[in-house]
Amino acid sequence: MAAGVAAWLPFARAAAIGWMPVANLPMPVAPTQKNKRQDELIILNVSGRRFQTWKNTLDRYPDTLLGSSEKEFFYNEETKEYFFDRDPDVFRSVLNFYRTGKLHYPRYECISSYDEELAFFGIVPEIIGDCCYEEYKDRKRENAERLMDDQEDNKDAKLPNMTFRETMWRAFENPHTSTMALVFYYVTGFFIAVSVITNVVETVPCGSGLNKKEVPCGERYTVAFFCMDTACVMIFTVEYLMRLFAAPSRYRFMRSVMSIIDVVAILPYYIGLVMTDNEDVSGAFVTLRVFRVFRIFKFSRHSQGLRILGYTLKSCASELGFLLFSLTMAIIIFATVMFYAEKGSSSSKFTSIPASFWYTIVTMTTLGYGDMVPKTIAGKIFGSICSLSGVLVIALPVPVIVSNFSRIYHQNQRADKRRAQKVQKARLARIRISKTGSSNAFLHSKRNGLFNEALELTGSTEEEKQLSKSTSLLESQHHHLLTCLEKTTNHEFVDEQYYQQSYLEAGLHNYPSRSPSLSSQEGVTGTCCTRRSKKHHSPLPNSSDPAHMQPLTHAHQQGLQELSTIHIQPLSTSRSSLNMRMDEPAPLNCQASQITTAIISIPTPPVTTPEGDAHLPAAPTHQNVVKVSAL
Amino acid sequence: MKSRSQDHSLSESTELDRSYDPLTGNPPYRATKRTIKERFLKLLPCYHSGSSPSLNQSNVSDDAELLAVRYRPEGLEHLMGQTSFSKKELQVLYRGFKNECPSGAVNEETFKSIYSQFFPQGDTSMYAHFLFVAFDTHNSGSVNFEDFVLSLSIILRGSITEKLNWTFNLYDLNKDGCITREEMTDIIQSIYDMMGTYTYPCMRDSAPRDHVEQFFQKMDKNKDGVVTIEEFLETCQKDENIMQSMHMFDNVI
Repeated sequence: MAAGVAAWLPFARAAAIGWMPVANLPMPVAPTQKNKRQDELIILNVSGRRFQTWKNTLDRYPDTLLGSSEKEFFYNEETKEYFFDRDPDVFRSVLNFYRTGKLHYPRYECISSYDEELAFFGIVPEIIGDCCYEEYKDRKRENAERLMDDQEDNKDAKLPNMTFRETMWRAFENPHTSTMALVFYYVTGFFIAVSVITNVVETVPCGSGLNKKEVPCGERYTVAFFCMDTACVMIFTVEYLMRLFAAPSRYRFMRSVMSIIDVVAILPYYIGLVMTDNEDVSGAFVTLRVFRVFRIFKFSRHSQGLRILGYTLKSCASELGFLLFSLTMAIIIFATVMFYAEKGSSSSKFTSIPASFWYTIVTMTTLGYGDMVPKTIAGKIFGSICSLSGVLVIALPVPVIVSNFSRIYHQNQRADKRRAQKVQKARLARIRISKTGSSNAFLHSKRNGLFNEALELTGSTEEEKQLSKSTSLLESQHHHLLTCLEKTTNHEFVDEQYYQQSYLEAGLHNYPSRSPSLSSQEGVTGTCCTRRSKKHHSPLPNSSDPAHMQPLTHAHQQGLQELSTIHIQPLSTSRSSLNMRMDEPAPLNCQASQITTAIISIPTPPVTTPEGDAHLPAAPTHQNVVKVSAL
Repeated sequence: MKSRSQDHSLSESTELDRSYDPLTGNPPYRATKRTIKERFLKLLPCYHSGSSPSLNQSNVSDDAELLAVRYRPEGLEHLMGQTSFSKKELQVLYRGFKNECPSGAVNEETFKSIYSQFFPQGDTSMYAHFLFVAFDTHNSGSVNFEDFVLSLSIILRGSITEKLNWTFNLYDLNKDGCITREEMTDIIQSIYDMMGTYTYPCMRDSAPRDHVEQFFQKMDKNKDGVVTIEEFLETCQKDENIMQSMHMFDNVI
């Protein structure tokens, strides 16, 4: 129930006066306070700080510690107060929850201590109000990630029973796991560096050759360089093959970026080996050697910063695309303008628009080589506009990329934040649950309450204990209000599931045995103790589905017999009052304080009619409703 | 900058069309347009200054100011004299009242939202509206604590005649002294609305109409199509069901 507006319950009940003249059925008895005592102040002593509140305030939530009898465990006889050895600051939020119905999460509070306090006082964190829920969830997630990180750090201890292959793979991925891995790491790094330096030095002219011409070192010391190259490629090949062997999923490994770089780095050598004798393709072969520079990318295994850079560029693809697109637009515009501006001048370098592209790019990136300069005044004006706009267009997306990089860098250790949809879905579910919660409580207690009464009358105790959860006075009054509404309109609240079932069955089943009087009656209020619900301990037949009652009746004959022995005097009158039609308001002599139990027979032949009802008219026999209700 | 928002801003060209102010995300500040237009219009001889929109806005904010003003009820003694509640009962009532409405008076929206919390399955807005009109005896648009407690006193502690009178007042929507079929249909429809959709048996559309028919058959003695206060009182006092229900309110507080 909306505990926040519990104080308005008397108003809501008073408002029911509007239903009274309209209703045709008698109203149920209102629950009274057993011992009408004034509301008392309760003192809650939390680690020395005293809080005081009304007892009714705490009773609003009977399934928490403070609202139930559990708090009696903390009662201190000498000081006549309840003492809790907990944090008083968090208790403030807890107590405010009772007062206002909203649970708030204070930002300065540690999330785990708050959770502990809530768990202690029996409050589910899901009911945190909307104002604080986002914050709470964020903090909780950060905490969970931090715990996960801590766990992962401990995971690097070597697990036993790892195969040789798995060990190798772990060694490759994380060089700190063993000395061997570290050695391997540094050796490959060294050879990558050597290979790159060799490629570079190869082209440096060193000394003069035979005919006073500068030759690059590569041609001078061919053998040495060749040996160096071979050694490096050997190492790289071995490394690649080892990684391929150790990879848990070879196919996935072969598709990964790093392995492609490895392959591209070593392939030119082998192609060169194959094609040394063929002079025609030596030109192509030389070009292929360019790919050797890709070996430098192998360093990205050794450097995390490089990886982050690569990842940033990948994730900023859209910004980079935007940058490129806007640049292209600007280049075309300015190249066109410059071309037409410079068309008039003689010996102009701006021979065509594509030729002007070069000028525009050089100007916009503020390079300004000076190989192409405008000579006309118009050309100079547009040239200056071009350089200014270049600065702007390039400067705008760059900070975005920079901030992206820094964000990814800081986020590098963490998993991605959950997507908003998941949080939203969980919240919607939460709201839905809380909405159905109060209506379900009423239906639940209706079933429980009625069954309770019936069992009390039959005298069985074991199930009574199971079901008799004491509802607070507030709840019973609220339920009484809802029952009055049901009586006024002659319909009943059911839950969605039941409604759909009965709706379905109403369409499917024919009721040939139903008397017309039944169908014309607005609501034969068939509140059976148990509806078609999942309760298994209900021996009473269901009222909604007469077609299914046949198999049930025999089995539950016994139960019905038991009930029939409860014979209370006003039985007949109350039953007849239920049978009556709408336009005959028969006087009801149902005294307020009596429990009247009405039993109506079920559709099978009168064999199942309760025996004690011999003096009843025969009309009720074709009632298809079994009802046990405490009115 | 997520790619989501990136695509969003690229696809929308509303800022180019001047239909939306990119800085604040709001439609462009209309006042400047209007003042320019107004300045231009002032030059025309046919221009007459009506109430400018800025004035309207200040009216609205004034109303908000009024609502925020604290409303204090008369003293306890005075209320005890006017109603039949004891001091303690008034205290309890006021505490609950003030909790929900710190300003001291409840407007119709709050009233509806409070009442709807008691009936999670149905739609209580119409019935709450009728209640509000019945409680708001001064037609001021808000119910202060005195009105609230006066009505409650009639319902809970008044004589049968007073209770029935109050109920008649509730039903008589236009306060003309008689209940017509339309008024009764509205009332009964609003009660049925509170049940919601998930009922057993399934709610038929004719159910409220049938109920109205029964009511009129019972109440309308001279069959003139309306129920007057005398007919209402007479019928209710003869009806045992209703009499007994009226006693249900004896121990609400």
